Amino acid sequence: MNIIKTQKLTFEYIRRDDEGNVEGITKAVDEVDIEVEAGEFIAILGHNGSGKSTLAKHLNAILYPTEGSVYIDGKDTSEDGNIWEIRQIAGMVFQNPDNQIIGQVVEEDVGFGPENMGVPTAEIWERVSESLRAVGMYEHRKKSPDRLSGGQKQRVSIAGVLAMHPKCIVLDEPTAMLDPSGRKEVVRAVRALNDVENITIIFITHYMEEIIHADRVFVMDEGKIAMTGTPREIFSRVDELKGLRLDVPQITLLAHELKKNGIKDLPSAIFTVDELLCALKIN
Amino acid sequence: MLILDHLTHIYDHGTAMASTALDDISLVIPPGQFIGLIGHTGSGKSTLVQHLNGLLKPTSGNIYFNGADIHDDGYDKKHLRSKVGLVFQYPEHQLFEIDVFTDVCFGPKNLGLDKREIELRAYTALKQVGIDDEYFYQSPFELSGGQKRRVAIAGVLAMKPEILILDEPTAGLDPRGRDEILGQIALLKAETGITVILVSHSMEEVAKYVERIIVMNKNKIAYDDSPAKVFAEYKKLEEIGLSAPPMTYIMYALKEKGLAVDTKALTVETARDSILMALKIGNP
Amino acid sequence: MIKDITLGQYYQTDSIIHRLDPRVKLVATVFFIISLFVVRGFTGFILAGLFLVFAIKLSKVPFKFMVRGMKAIIFLLLFAVVFNLFLTPGEPAVSFWKITITWEGIRLALTLTTRLIMLIMGSSVMTLTTTPNNLTDGMEKLMKPLGYIKVPVHEVVMMMSIALRFIPILFKETDKIMKAQIARGADFESGNLIKKAKSLVPLLVPLFISAFRRANDLAMAMEARCYRGGDHRTKMKPLVYKTRDRFAYLGMLIYLIITIFADRMIPL
Repeated sequence: MNIIKTQKLTFEYIRRDDEGNVEGITKAVDEVDIEVEAGEFIAILGHNGSGKSTLAKHLNAILYPTEGSVYIDGKDTSEDGNIWEIRQIAGMVFQNPDNQIIGQVVEEDVGFGPENMGVPTAEIWERVSESLRAVGMYEHRKKSPDRLSGGQKQRVSIAGVLAMHPKCIVLDEPTAMLDPSGRKEVVRAVRALNDVENITIIFITHYMEEIIHADRVFVMDEGKIAMTGTPREIFSRVDELKGLRLDVPQITLLAHELKKNGIKDLPSAIFTVDELLCALKIN
Repeated sequence: MLILDHLTHIYDHGTAMASTALDDISLVIPPGQFIGLIGHTGSGKSTLVQHLNGLLKPTSGNIYFNGADIHDDGYDKKHLRSKVGLVFQYPEHQLFEIDVFTDVCFGPKNLGLDKREIELRAYTALKQVGIDDEYFYQSPFELSGGQKRRVAIAGVLAMKPEILILDEPTAGLDPRGRDEILGQIALLKAETGITVILVSHSMEEVAKYVERIIVMNKNKIAYDDSPAKVFAEYKKLEEIGLSAPPMTYIMYALKEKGLAVDTKALTVETARDSILMALKIGNP
Repeated sequence: MIKDITLGQYYQTDSIIHRLDPRVKLVATVFFIISLFVVRGFTGFILAGLFLVFAIKLSKVPFKFMVRGMKAIIFLLLFAVVFNLFLTPGEPAVSFWKITITWEGIRLALTLTTRLIMLIMGSSVMTLTTTPNNLTDGMEKLMKPLGYIKVPVHEVVMMMSIALRFIPILFKETDKIMKAQIARGADFESGNLIKKAKSLVPLLVPLFISAFRRANDLAMAMEARCYRGGDHRTKMKPLVYKTRDRFAYLGMLIYLIITIFADRMIPL
């Protein structure tokens, strides 16, 4: 069974002018059909305003489809009775690290989710320790979140979701406000969860370097899924990506340029320096 | 011309919590340069830029702007701030007026200029950042993220600074938004000859544009040189948690393998040309 | 200025007082304050003072840390002293020019300052030895009976603890916006009151917008983590009374009885 399945998912909101009169209707998500299998690492790309955040919020039952439906682990998000189960199955990490940490001590924040679920005290402690270890933040458990770096705060947020024992974690631009080392920390932690714990990951970003390890990539534009495929397939379509206001990693772009200008036998998408050296046959 | 002479800044000086944020910094910033100031979070770069327009006072050392010590008694700080324009990180968070045009007028209005001059400056500044007339009387809060940021930059430009400092102007923008903002700044630099200091934690981002790179590490200046010379130290940059632009790694790797490429290439285009040339010479 | 306010700050160390249940500390503080207002003579104040010194010693919080908290209320104290000293009618003690200081005035001023100082110090012992989180937990537990008369205790306490969490963040933000506007030539210091109030607009508008944005984000993050109010919830750190807490209650009761009795029996 698919862990995530959407059928013609559409989300509209009504734009109003200053007096509250209806100006028009914007389709933030437009008839999106996606299916994700358990254990997959999915990356969603798209420029700001492409609808990727709105889509993400449907997977955690924070938003409900105007039309169409969303099934998480076989459960329809539009049914009221399913909300709490869905929010536990599909955890969510947001962009701003400061605005999602509730506790004043790291470990208390991680315990917040299990507390809400009514998990017995002794088990909360077990879950908190496990989760903090999984993201490498165990030694910081007694600290105040204000004393952590951005990357560390995001890892605490991930631990907070992990403590709820989700099957799937949706990360909505978790690296957008971080510096390069913070971004690496978060990506590493997320990949480990996918590899070790086999948790399904939906990773939303516009940093191209962060998605090269994904199993599949969805590219969104104007509320629709514009491209799907493996990272290599996606990145081989350089010109299409540029048209969608997106970039490719510079090294991939260089290989693409070299190919266009005479070096015909290069493979279509290259991600690392070694791959390039290999492909240019200068080893 | 801005001169920093042995600048040291210690937060909570004289208390148990004292921490050094700047350690003996000396710099000369001549007019018309395009400078990249690079360092990771906590390296002291934000503290440094807040000294340049007198927002923070150094614990020791002096700052001279056009020959005068900015911390002398009676020095006009407001005038200094109009000449050394500082755009903070996420500057759109400082917008507050009812429409875009009025918001940009805030800076020049504070300088006590007459109404015509204020409006002229606001108009010019908005044009310089590429905001069209149709947006002038919209609420700044209804604009897109990239547009808001440009309006905020215009708010500082309207004071007609000689030096423009931008603290991570691309944070949180998507790739196109990043390119657009940086392109706009480069254009502004080319047209007006203003001094620009671009603060960033990404070498890749500033590499294309700047002529001088200052790298900060642990509250000190680690490197201050031309981009090519700084990037040549890419292995040492890694050690302090920074990385050179991707092209640098490729070019050095190719050179190590014996290919005669130009290691100074920073953009995809120059790297491509250099590789093509080297390959043709290498295997005729 | 803000640094001088010790009320509401936590002093990290390990002491018997730190380890006490927050409910004990809350109840004890309330009783201590009551005792300060019940006693009339100096016998009572001496006993209360001794009790306070004993508690501070036990808490291992440096005495000068407590005194620093006084700086914030020094004006209030001076004001109270001056008013009582000069404006209380009664038997004159000193008299010069048009001003008369009465014995009653001296007595009143002394009582009032002693009460205020001990009140602040007593509450400081509680706040300095209890983390804000622990404190709100204690309040939630103590105020639980109010839930039966439809007071949303859990929600109120959750709001308090979120406010505490966001105070430092909003302070930083205020500082940043202020600097950003100063960089645009704003002036927050000079001018008369009206001009000063007007100059706050460029600070307050962005600050409010930011606070609302944060509140919105936080609400969403809490919902995403299955938060749905106080029902169904378990506690990661539930409050359980230990032997030392029972002894502390007993000690507090003994103090209260002795002080009030001694105050009435042995007038000084």
